[in-house]
Amino acid sequence: MTLRRLKSIALTIGFWLLVGVLVLYAIFPFYYAIVTSLKPSSQLFEVSYWVDSLDFSNYVTVLSQPTFLAAIRNSVIVALSVVLIALLLGLTAAWALGRVRFRGRTTVMMIVLGVSMFPQVAVLSGLFEVIRTLDLYNSPGGLILSYTIFTLPFTVWILTTFMRQLPDELEEAAIVDGASPWVTLTKVFMPLLWPAMATTGLLAFIAAWNEFLFALTFTLTDSQRTVPVAIALISGGSQYELPWGPIMAASVIVTVPLVVLVVIFQRRIVSGLTAGAVKG
Amino acid sequence: MAGLTLERVNKRFGSTQVIDDVSMQIDNGEFIVFVGPSGCGKSTLLRLIAGLESITHGDLMIDDQRVNNLTPPERGIGMVFQSYALYPHMSVYDNIAFGLKLAKQEKQTVDERVRHTAKLLQLDGLLERLPKALSGGQRQRVAIGRAMAREPKILLFDEPLSNLDAALRVQTRNEIARLHERLGSTMIYVTHDQVEAMTLADRIVVLNAGHVEQIGTPRELYERPASRFVAGFIGSPKMNFIQVTAEADAEQGCRVEIPAVGQRALPLAFSAGSGSANEATLGVRPEHLIPTPSERGEGLEIVNVEYLGSEAYLYLERNDGELLVCRTQAPSPFQRGQRVTLDFDPLHGHLFDHDGRAVPPLERHAAPAAAQGATS
Repeated sequence: MTLRRLKSIALTIGFWLLVGVLVLYAIFPFYYAIVTSLKPSSQLFEVSYWVDSLDFSNYVTVLSQPTFLAAIRNSVIVALSVVLIALLLGLTAAWALGRVRFRGRTTVMMIVLGVSMFPQVAVLSGLFEVIRTLDLYNSPGGLILSYTIFTLPFTVWILTTFMRQLPDELEEAAIVDGASPWVTLTKVFMPLLWPAMATTGLLAFIAAWNEFLFALTFTLTDSQRTVPVAIALISGGSQYELPWGPIMAASVIVTVPLVVLVVIFQRRIVSGLTAGAVKG
Repeated sequence: MAGLTLERVNKRFGSTQVIDDVSMQIDNGEFIVFVGPSGCGKSTLLRLIAGLESITHGDLMIDDQRVNNLTPPERGIGMVFQSYALYPHMSVYDNIAFGLKLAKQEKQTVDERVRHTAKLLQLDGLLERLPKALSGGQRQRVAIGRAMAREPKILLFDEPLSNLDAALRVQTRNEIARLHERLGSTMIYVTHDQVEAMTLADRIVVLNAGHVEQIGTPRELYERPASRFVAGFIGSPKMNFIQVTAEADAEQGCRVEIPAVGQRALPLAFSAGSGSANEATLGVRPEHLIPTPSERGEGLEIVNVEYLGSEAYLYLERNDGELLVCRTQAPSPFQRGQRVTLDFDPLHGHLFDHDGRAVPPLERHAAPAAAQGATS
């Protein structure tokens, strides 16, 4: 009896130890960034794992730079536009691919999936030409276009999967009620697809918010940059100094909105990822 | 309210012929039931009428207007689906109002219609609920309400009772019958349950493998089935079928040689064809078989007796292992293991020829029901 008890206690301890290690592994870099951002620059290189004193000078430095504020604004515009366009196109494409029977439907799905497998670098030069031709270089439009290209495949795939799980009779009931495809999509399907749309929208937002390579390549001036590039280009007083404090502060500032978004949509995401698994 | 005509309607999915030259005339205000085994095309036929599938060729007319290319609301139909297919995110009110709003009705008209419909179906207190907060029977009523809110000319039901439990099914069946009485609109109802078909229908359409086997009142179908298929499909327990050899007889109609019974004369106009055309199938309903206890061990053995309270079924084993069913009054004087001889009233015997078609009765014996069926 006591042996079994001991065993269960040991197992519990082991389980929580493992959880602790995983949490530490996942959280530590972000935690260290927060700690660093709250140190004055004089203490930057003293290794300490706790916040001894609150010093917001780094945040003040970053937020007083107009280029950084412009970058945040650009990021918000680009990310929101990408989410809206991707959801609109993704939803309509998912309706066609999930609901309408036509020749070559599977082929289209495969091509969509294939496109998403190209690494960014492979299409970089080609995309650069496209953006130059469309006169979108050094403007948010260029970034919106290129991010949408990379966001659409998974948006379409996820939404198509969810669209297929909705019962056929629901659409037929709408048809009998006199609904056009657009009304069926917006009034009947969209409210039922909210969890899936929240999930894909959030993933698209994160992808657009964090993207670096395209943002670096397709923009030229400080006023058009997005946050990841702006952070990378924060420079110190001389070329020998990397201003770790402001960089960390900037990183924390741009990560917090994401964390908040994820927390808000957490329930939606979970229900979105499992919805339809059980007949409801 | 409207009459409906199908003229040589065909439906093909790829190379599969699902509906094969179906023609029928449905009168204004009639309650028609499509019945048949699964895969016979009854649901497809309903969907063709609804406009959810396109007709490959043939004509569908509503009120003498060809409607092949019209959308469901333009045809003026309402439909109740098997799974109800209520919009899960809308309240009962919005579910019923959805079609009305799409038809661009005045807000006040919509409200009046919804409340009127809800009252008719006893949904008054539930208008603000979501479908998930309703019981099966209530959902069913909402689905019917949604279908009839636009006051369609024709109401279609696709196996609406199959998701309900037995007690609720009987109750809802009653409600649908009363609703038809009150609305007086044309209704077409699909089911695989012959009890639903018999109890609800003005006329039943029996479908088999995409074509119409017989159209008639429940009584016609039961008493004068046009084919062996209809005879076996309508009625529970099933009609007994016995292979016999038949011979035309000018005086009595025809004579059949029945194994274990002997020779009997039937008032049917049998005409022997060529080859093995003397082979025929005799059909007798369980209630028309008359068992008599045998004295010297001849006849058939009773292998099972089912007691149902008001009646009892005797199962008799034939020499070839097939079972015959015999319906008797309860309490039944017969017991398992007993041997009985069988007989039947020749007026209640059905004969089906080589191709499964019913042999028509002699002119002078034609039953009133059958005569009626021929004219309608």
